[in-house]
Amino acid sequence: MNKVENNKAWFLVLPVVLLVAFSAVVPLMTVVNYSVQDIFDVNTAYFVGAEWYREILQDPRLQDSLVRQFIFSFFVLLIEIPLGIAVALMMPTKGRGASLCLILLAIPLLIPLNVVGTIWQVFGRTDIGLFGWALTSIGIDYNYASNPIDAWFTVLLMDVWHWTSLVALLCYSGLRAIPDAYYQAASIDRASGWAIFRYIQLPKLQSVLVIGVLLRFMDSFMIYTEPFVLTGGGPGNSTTFLSQTLTQMAIGQFDVGPAAAFSLIYFLIVLLVSWLFFTTISHLDKAK
Amino acid sequence: MAEIHLKTLAHSYSANPQSDTEYAIREMDHVWDQGGAYALLGPSGCGKSTLLNIISGLLSPSEGEVLFDGQRVNELSPAERNIAQVFQFPVIYDSMTVFDNLAFPLRNMKVRESKVQKKVLEIAEILELQDVLKNKAKNLTADEKQKVSMGRGLVRDDVSAILFDEPLTVIDPHLKWKLRRKLKQIHEQFNLTMVYVTHDQLEAATFADKIALMYGGQIVQFGTPRELFEKPNHTFVGYFIGSPGMNFIEVKRSESGVEFDGLKVSLDEGLQDFLEQIPSSNLKIGIRPEFVHVSVESITGSYECAVTHVEDLGTYKIVTLDLKGRSLKARLDEDQQVPEHKAYVSFPKQWLKLYVDEYLVEGDSE
Amino acid sequence: MNKQTKKKLGISAYIFFVLLPIYWLLNMSFKSNEEILGTLTLWPENFTFDNYAVIFTDPTWYMGYVNSMLYVTMNMVITLVVALPAAYAFSRYKFTGDKHLFFWLLTNRMAPPAVFLLPFFQLYSSVGLFDTHLAVALAHCLFSVPLAVWILEGFMSGVPREIDETAYIDGYSFHKFFIKIFLPMIGSGIGVTAFFSFMFSWVELLLARTLTSVEAKPIAAIMTRTVGATGIDWGVLSAAGVLTIIPGLLVIWFVRNHVAKGFALGRV
Repeated sequence: MNKVENNKAWFLVLPVVLLVAFSAVVPLMTVVNYSVQDIFDVNTAYFVGAEWYREILQDPRLQDSLVRQFIFSFFVLLIEIPLGIAVALMMPTKGRGASLCLILLAIPLLIPLNVVGTIWQVFGRTDIGLFGWALTSIGIDYNYASNPIDAWFTVLLMDVWHWTSLVALLCYSGLRAIPDAYYQAASIDRASGWAIFRYIQLPKLQSVLVIGVLLRFMDSFMIYTEPFVLTGGGPGNSTTFLSQTLTQMAIGQFDVGPAAAFSLIYFLIVLLVSWLFFTTISHLDKAK
Repeated sequence: MAEIHLKTLAHSYSANPQSDTEYAIREMDHVWDQGGAYALLGPSGCGKSTLLNIISGLLSPSEGEVLFDGQRVNELSPAERNIAQVFQFPVIYDSMTVFDNLAFPLRNMKVRESKVQKKVLEIAEILELQDVLKNKAKNLTADEKQKVSMGRGLVRDDVSAILFDEPLTVIDPHLKWKLRRKLKQIHEQFNLTMVYVTHDQLEAATFADKIALMYGGQIVQFGTPRELFEKPNHTFVGYFIGSPGMNFIEVKRSESGVEFDGLKVSLDEGLQDFLEQIPSSNLKIGIRPEFVHVSVESITGSYECAVTHVEDLGTYKIVTLDLKGRSLKARLDEDQQVPEHKAYVSFPKQWLKLYVDEYLVEGDSE
Repeated sequence: MNKQTKKKLGISAYIFFVLLPIYWLLNMSFKSNEEILGTLTLWPENFTFDNYAVIFTDPTWYMGYVNSMLYVTMNMVITLVVALPAAYAFSRYKFTGDKHLFFWLLTNRMAPPAVFLLPFFQLYSSVGLFDTHLAVALAHCLFSVPLAVWILEGFMSGVPREIDETAYIDGYSFHKFFIKIFLPMIGSGIGVTAFFSFMFSWVELLLARTLTSVEAKPIAAIMTRTVGATGIDWGVLSAAGVLTIIPGLLVIWFVRNHVAKGFALGRV
């Protein structure tokens, strides 16, 4: 669409700019400010330059939780994107069944994060939870509170349970936008089920999948509440992800300077990876 | 190669249709001969797309049979029927090149790659797509896309019929005639049965040897464009074909023919005899604007009427006349004198048609 | 087994997986703590509403729901009110810095909430908004507005310019056109934007808990109270959890007809 050149449009975006400036720019400036100072109390602060950054980058706590964070997000995408597509493909296309599926699938998306944590905390317990109880009674030695692998498995399963619906709904909506004529043409061209998926459905899903991948990457990379409630980051630090490490540092130990430096690095990583995803996916499309 | 026979075919979208109005296709019997170029013409909602989808197998008819060369194909899927279909909006596989698009049906049939190459190049040449073969199909113009979707049907040796569902809807007007000519050329070259659905009579007339005009779920007339124009056998055909449509006047029986508002219209003897045998009182006479004779002077058998409107369309004029409160249109060539205020019209007998219960009746004399 | 049956089985299995943990929570909410901690039962043997009674009779409990609803609603309203004109501007006009501004807005969605914890706390304390519903609503706007602008821009770009122009020619004022003609055309977009705003604000806990202490404390934070001297009160915790699902169900019910079209976020 050809847009009209008009600087008065700034008046329309002004409220957003003011709102976001108030709630983003001011706090962000504070963070930047903290990250370069050593603060003892309100009146005593020294400029320390990049020292906090140097310190935080060498901090094993950050390094470990960063590695964990990447592994976690990797598995989240690896499982949730294909599963979401599969769920969308299996959903009924019209009628009451379709509405019912949509409503049921959307439920996990609207449950408060700590309740999600609670649900799985209970569900996975071997004494009072159906899931944990079922696993132990078929002879599997499962305990998410003491075994790091079980803890990881449970956190991942919880995230899959919680967020696959989002990918599925995005894809479902994308699939509905494909006109019937495409399927009819494919049927006349004797395309197999796989060919229909590969050459009709997948290309049409591309734009929603970009959104899905970005949202799932960003949100899984910022995950805090659910694993905090479920495992408390343990056992040990095995499920402590970036946000939790940061919160511990900022609130728990009140290490404001390093925490601020940490925050900015964290933010930059999310920005960078999101940008990488976005450009790779759109370039891939152009190159082909 | 196929002759398509629709045998006592009917279709309803509801499971237990109670009345005629619930049928999208009312019972019909129709044959499309092998190798013909046909148009299925009608206003939107007349059931023409439904009929097309029944032929292609996208829809299964609720009653009757579809026969390809005498073989029942009701149970066969579109793929098994050896037909191709071009849709209203171009269907192309976005992520593939033009070449891969054209090769797609062949590759699905596991045809040898060397043959695929040969066949695709051959069809691309006919469709004038050689230059864009390596391009992504997504970036083509609408008319090229339609050519690609048609090409996917042409590459297959086993295709015996191509069905078109309003294929020019999204094509720029100045490219429409070009594409239409291409279709015509392909028809001559490939000896395929082609059925072309459209609501545009001009498109139908330029493409097809024979037109099936649909109305209310039925084919009301099947004939050459000329037959549809000169001898519409249903009042709807009269209205729908021609621009403007046929003039119709409701009439009553009289001694020597029919009359309206005291004006007598004499009929052929044959028609006259026929009229006496039937009870219906739904009678209309019809005449095309092209055949209404208009003069400035009164002549024998002419009726006086008022000129209400003259529309100048360049090479001809459409004159709207008022004949005893009934509106009548006449077409005058540019060299004809246009009457002002008052005119005299007469209806040449060979062009004056009589309709009983909306259907044409013909006398023995013809 | 044909393809349709396989699909039905697959989707049923997945939905079973989605519902089972929720069922378990529901099941527990109708049990007494003795029964929960005793033998595992698939169905409450001594069906009780006691856990719900605890919540509905104690203002410190039920006010948590009221607080959460209040700031979520405020967040949704603010988000829509500021995002609609902005999205319209981005979809219709070119102006100095438009692309950069759009990108900058989106980057805020990528900021981890944990980053803003401390500065938000200080900012809202210094302007006297600490422990108010508005503080939480504004803080959540930082994350819901960028997504809202982006979603709405997608839908608005799908509406041809000619519609705007025709409306002006017909003598509509901008306000009238925007509300009477334009907004109904992007109904699905608005529905889904509201869904996403609700989703973010209702489920978020970290910021909501940090920016409140008593007056505006969200239900999610109050739920941590169930840990007492005698251990966790599982029954009440479950009941409180079940009650947090209900507003979400209502929202889904309202937008259900927009989901099929709207969830592509105007991007197909």
